[in-house]
Amino acid sequence: MPVPITAEEIHSLITQAIPDARVQVRDTTGGGDHYEAFVVSPSFSGKTKVNRHRMVYGALQDAMVQRIHALALTTLTPEELQQEQSANVVNIQTRKPR
Amino acid sequence: MAEDVLKKIDEQVKQNKIMLYMKGTPDFPMCGFSAATVQVLDSYEVPYASLNVLEDPAIRDGIKRYSNWPTIPQLYINGEFVGGCDIIREMHAKGELEPLIRAATQG
Repeated sequence: MPVPITAEEIHSLITQAIPDARVQVRDTTGGGDHYEAFVVSPSFSGKTKVNRHRMVYGALQDAMVQRIHALALTTLTPEELQQEQSANVVNIQTRKPR
Repeated sequence: MAEDVLKKIDEQVKQNKIMLYMKGTPDFPMCGFSAATVQVLDSYEVPYASLNVLEDPAIRDGIKRYSNWPTIPQLYINGEFVGGCDIIREMHAKGELEPLIRAATQG
């Protein structure tokens, strides 16, 4: 069995590949196997969702295939984030609840 | 061998206007992401084809190479890869998916 990945590792792999990204990773079950990543980057601008997600998956590379069981992704540009926040669709947490 | 699988997938996505690759079946999804995608598709009350990748390891591996996408489920409409669970849910919430589904099922 490959070593389980941590939220910090996911965070650092994404920010290494997409340096201008603001990234938030949450372990949704606390079990180290279901994660949720929220990625906001100007470099998503003009790209389809499919290609944005491919960028993030590309950043995670082998980890995605071997070490991550489940990862829910949200990819937004800073402008989209602002729109969604004002529409109250997305509630970004700035602090960890625990 | 590997090329045969890609060819088979190519035929499947072109023969079925709405084609879902998933874990389990629409009646018994075996993964939360597949279940969520089925729930979205079912809400449109249209027929769609699905394939359980857990019963076909060659397709399970091949579909990821076919679309250059590492996860399952994967939804194809009119032979085109539309997205995985997160994208499908988001498109559904924004009303972007329904026109594609309607166009595919009426066309």
